[in-house]
Amino acid sequence: MSKEFIIQAIVSGVLMGLIYALVAVGLSLIFGLMEIVNFAHGEFLMWAMYASFWFWVLGLDPLFALPLVAALLGLAGLLVHYGIIRRLLTAPMLAQVCGTFGLAVAMRAAAQYLWTPDFRTITNPLIAGRVQIGPIFIGQPQLVAGAVCLLAFVLLWLFVTRTETGLALQATAQDRQAAAVMGIPTERMSALGWAIGLGCVGVAGTMLSTFFYVFPDVGASFAPLAFVAVALGGFGSILGSLVAGVLIGLVESLGGLLIDPSYKTLIVFGLYLAVVLVRPMGLFGRF
Amino acid sequence: MPSDQARMLEAARAEPLWPKPPAWATALGAVGAAVLLAYPLLITSTFAQHTMILIFLYAVMAQSWNVIAGLSGQISLGHAMFFGIGAYTVGVLDTKFGITPWIGIVVGMLLAALAAVAVGIPTLRLKGHYFAIATLLIGSSVQIIFARWDWVGAASGLFLPLKRGSPWLDFQFHTSKVPYYYLSLAVAVLAFLVVWRLRRSRLGFRLQALRDDADAAASLGIAVARHKVLAFMISGAMMAAAGSFYTQYVLVLDPERVFSIDISIIVVLMTVVGGSGTLWGPALGAALLVPLSEYSRIWFGSTGRTIDLMIYGALIVAICMWRPSGLLSLFAERIRRRAASP
Repeated sequence: MSKEFIIQAIVSGVLMGLIYALVAVGLSLIFGLMEIVNFAHGEFLMWAMYASFWFWVLGLDPLFALPLVAALLGLAGLLVHYGIIRRLLTAPMLAQVCGTFGLAVAMRAAAQYLWTPDFRTITNPLIAGRVQIGPIFIGQPQLVAGAVCLLAFVLLWLFVTRTETGLALQATAQDRQAAAVMGIPTERMSALGWAIGLGCVGVAGTMLSTFFYVFPDVGASFAPLAFVAVALGGFGSILGSLVAGVLIGLVESLGGLLIDPSYKTLIVFGLYLAVVLVRPMGLFGRF
Repeated sequence: MPSDQARMLEAARAEPLWPKPPAWATALGAVGAAVLLAYPLLITSTFAQHTMILIFLYAVMAQSWNVIAGLSGQISLGHAMFFGIGAYTVGVLDTKFGITPWIGIVVGMLLAALAAVAVGIPTLRLKGHYFAIATLLIGSSVQIIFARWDWVGAASGLFLPLKRGSPWLDFQFHTSKVPYYYLSLAVAVLAFLVVWRLRRSRLGFRLQALRDDADAAASLGIAVARHKVLAFMISGAMMAAAGSFYTQYVLVLDPERVFSIDISIIVVLMTVVGGSGTLWGPALGAALLVPLSEYSRIWFGSTGRTIDLMIYGALIVAICMWRPSGLLSLFAERIRRRAASP
């Protein structure tokens, strides 16, 4: 096996990993704020991809639809929080898991009903083709997707660490009651967490749709990777999601190259089990 | 002189199937049983019989999920793996070795219990969400492995050979659904009795105690991990029995179908809709959701498959929001109140 293959796999693994990271960070943020795992996360990603696809059908390139999709998903986050999650916060854990799980089932079925199970692709996006750097080739959509996701991550990081609202968000995640005593509207922070979390999914979904098939079950294939990333990075840790997402992208592409492409998902799933059994708090977890 | 513990257990075991049945409830129960027994003789439409068979089958599956999630509080999102193990065991034993499915069912249940030990020992000590995610991932891993496993037909699965010998010996009834009806009814009643006995057994009480407060249960000397593994084994074996039966019913199996995430999802939905942890909840959930899915397929044609799932999903969200204890609690409260008042 030549060196080029391995470098190629590393580059594409990192680029894919950046997308996983952005999907995972929303999951992590939501869990950090209210200890709820959003089992419908992959389905929101799928809806974001469909949104991007339909904007493209209307004549809007995914790159321009990006802020629109992110805003739509953020709005969906607010709706879900105020419509459903608020009632689940005090419910038993079974209801919390099944609540978002049921939402996932309904969203997937609705997508299949509305848009059929057909695979759809965005053809001729603004950014297409590939670039050659030395001996390796990188698809331009993948490159731009990775860059956009990284940029979104940096913005999120700046927001959380440099603005007052962001600090309030962190405080709420650390200790809800103490934050409430300090006058932070924790309820609104939770809603904000959902809006930001799903907004990130909107960005990731739009970028993913420029080079990946759009179909009702697409979320179900990405969500497990996001769960692994969140467990690996530590539930609630933003930086952890980034590192873990990239790591998973790497493990997946190198595992696919060195072992067997058909087992790359199994390798990632094995990683999850290894992490939760050996180091349940993840790499950067706080508990 | 019996100890306090033994006396309490005795008292709990003496508890009847339902709280002091009023006369109308006993009559209703008797009529219900009679209707269930006479059903295939009165209603000869194969579709109506098929729907009932599925209700019984799903009631078994929901009851199986009820044991691990309802009684011991561990949410499994990969229960299809046990269904698939049961299905593949009868399939492989029949096609490769010509062994009768009657033995296959028992072997499948044993293998599923073994798988439950293998999966359960490392994962059952994980808390709530971590266990749910682990089972979700293990469930789809098992599907991937079977879809690549050439010896068991890889992605195309196995076709069970049609047999012309004795239908009862071969567990294949080609001309009528009536034997399948009674067999599935028997399996459902059996599963029901297992959960009924389990709920009032020493094991059942311990499971419910550690579900409600694991730390308190552990401090009372209950081996939390071992009891959860036991519950997982029972649950897995029940699920495998349903998988074996289903395979004998359709006589074909493939990984896409028997390890489908949809199976894992549906048992969760049925149990939670009906009322998890209760005796009648899973049966109620199956009785509500199976006809919904079967008839929506007729009314809406091929797109019906997703309409039923849309309703399922919305229903489960609504129940989690307003009635986390399930629909059964609507009736149960009323009956209990009436029984309590003289």
